[in-house]
Amino acid sequence: MAQYNISLPSNIMTDIQISHASLHYENAAQPIFSDLDLHLPAGQWTCLLGASGCGKTSLLRLLAGLIEPQHQMSAQICCSDGLSIDNRIAYMAQQDLLLPWLNVLDNICLKAKLYSGQVTASQYQKARTLLAQLNLSGIEKSLPEQLSGGMRQRVALARTLMQDTPIVLMDEPFSALDAVNRYKLQALAADVLQDRTVLFITHDPQEALRLADQLYIFDANQQLEALPLPSSVPPRAINAELGACQQALLQKMHKQYE
Amino acid sequence: MPNWAHANKRYCKRCTNNMNKSSHALLALLSRYANIWRLLITVLVLLSLWQAIVTLFAMPPFILPPPLLVFEKLLENYSLLFHHAMITLSEIVLGLILGVSMGLLFALQMLLFKPVRRWLLPVLIASQAIPVFALAPILMLWFGYGMTSKVVMAALIIFFPITTTCFDGLRHTPPGYLDLAHTMGANRWRTLWHIRFPAALPTLASGIRVAVVVAPIGAVVGEWVGSSGGLGYLMLQSNARMQIADMFSALIVLAVFSIGLYYLTDSLLKRFIPWHRELASR
Repeated sequence: MAQYNISLPSNIMTDIQISHASLHYENAAQPIFSDLDLHLPAGQWTCLLGASGCGKTSLLRLLAGLIEPQHQMSAQICCSDGLSIDNRIAYMAQQDLLLPWLNVLDNICLKAKLYSGQVTASQYQKARTLLAQLNLSGIEKSLPEQLSGGMRQRVALARTLMQDTPIVLMDEPFSALDAVNRYKLQALAADVLQDRTVLFITHDPQEALRLADQLYIFDANQQLEALPLPSSVPPRAINAELGACQQALLQKMHKQYE
Repeated sequence: MPNWAHANKRYCKRCTNNMNKSSHALLALLSRYANIWRLLITVLVLLSLWQAIVTLFAMPPFILPPPLLVFEKLLENYSLLFHHAMITLSEIVLGLILGVSMGLLFALQMLLFKPVRRWLLPVLIASQAIPVFALAPILMLWFGYGMTSKVVMAALIIFFPITTTCFDGLRHTPPGYLDLAHTMGANRWRTLWHIRFPAALPTLASGIRVAVVVAPIGAVVGEWVGSSGGLGYLMLQSNARMQIADMFSALIVLAVFSIGLYYLTDSLLKRFIPWHRELASR
C-alpha cells in the first residue's frame, strides 16, 4: 500500500452511474427501492429531495458502503474514470460527527489518523490553511463542545475538504442549523465543493433549489423524477423565480404526502 | 483583553449596592469554597448527631463510644492505624488495577469475538448469583493469609461492573462516528482504538466509580476471613478485646480513605474524560 498522499487527484472529476440499485432491509415488508438508476455528473451537485422515509438517505448510504451486510442489496456503481468508488468519498451528515475528545485540528485531520495511523506535519499545515480559508482561524485547539452549532458544521465541512475526495456525499448537513447559518453554509459549501461530484440529500425544497445542478425527487413509486431548476447558477439567491419553483415543488410534494 | 471593571460590575449583581467591600469579599470566599464548607458542615452535623445519641440514650462506651473518645484513640494509635491503613489501601489499589485490567480484557474479547460473547456473557451473569463473600474462605485457602487473597477478592468484586460497563460502552458507539470512520477507510483496529474506545470511556468511567466504592468491601471482607494485617484485621482484633473505640477509629480511617479514593478517582476521571456530557447528548 502506497503511503497516503493528501493531494489525491481531486482535479480528476468523475461521473458516477448507479444502475439497478435495489435495497430491501431485513425484516421490512417492502423493499426501500428497486431497480433504481441515477447518474451523478462530474463536478456537479445532484440534489435528492423527498419526504422522510422515502429512501433518499438509504440511497446515499448504499453509495457510501454503509449498508450492513444482512440487508438485501444490489447495485452497479460505475465511475467514469474506471476506478472504484471505495475510499474516494467523503461523508457529511446532519450531525457534525466531530469527535468530542479531539480538538478542532485533530478532528479535521481524522482521516489521516484513521487511514494511516498518524498525521504528518504537512497535513496539519494543510488543515490550518483550510481553517483560515473557512474563517475558522484561532480555534485549532478548541474542543468541539466549545463551538456553536454553525461553527461545528463549518469544521465538519473543513474535515470533508481535508479528505480531498472527488466525491462528496451529504445527508441533510445543514438541517440542524438556524436559518441564517444554514444560508451562509449553503453558499460556503457550494463555493468550496464546486468541482466535486456531490450527492446532496435534503427534505427542504428551498435548499435543493439553491444548490442543485440536478434535482430529483423520489416519487410515489420509489422512482426518481427529474425536476426543472431556475436558470441561474448555484448558489442561487432566493428571488422570485426560485420562489415560484419552490411553490410548485411544495405543491407537488404536498400531493405526495397524502 | 478582558474588561475587569466590567467583570466586577457583573459580580456585584449578587449583592445590593449598599454592601461594603469586606462583606463582598467574604461572600466571594464563601462561594468559592462552597464544597469544602458543605463538607465541613455535614461532618459537624453528623458528629453532633452521634454525640447526641450517646448522651440521650446514655450509651456505654463499649456499645457506642462518644466521638471525642474515638478521636483520642485515633491520635493515640496514629502510627498503628496508618500502618494497617496502608496495607488495606494497597490491597484496594492493587485489586482495582487487577480487576479493571481483567474487566477491560474480557470486554474487549467479548466485543471482538462473537463466540466468546455468546458463551462467556451468560456464565459471567450467572457467576454473579454466587455471593463473593462465600468465596472468601476458598480464596484464603488458595492464596494464603497474605495480601494476595484480599487483592483477588477486591478484583473479583469489581470485575463484573467493569466488564459490563466497558462492554456496554464499546458496543454503543454513536453509529454516526462509525459511519464516518467507515467512509474514511479505517480498519477494525483503528476504529476500535480511535473511535470505539474513547467513546466508551465515559461509560467505563461510571463503572470505575462503582468499582472504587465496592473494592474496599472486598478487601475488608478478605481481611475478616483471615489475615495478619489491615484495617479489617485491626477492627476484628479490637472487637474481640471489646476495644470498641479502637474499632471505631479504624472504621473512620477506612471511611476517610475510601471516600478520599472515590473523590480522587472522580476528579481524575472528570479531568481526563471531559466529553461525557457531549456523548450523552447524542
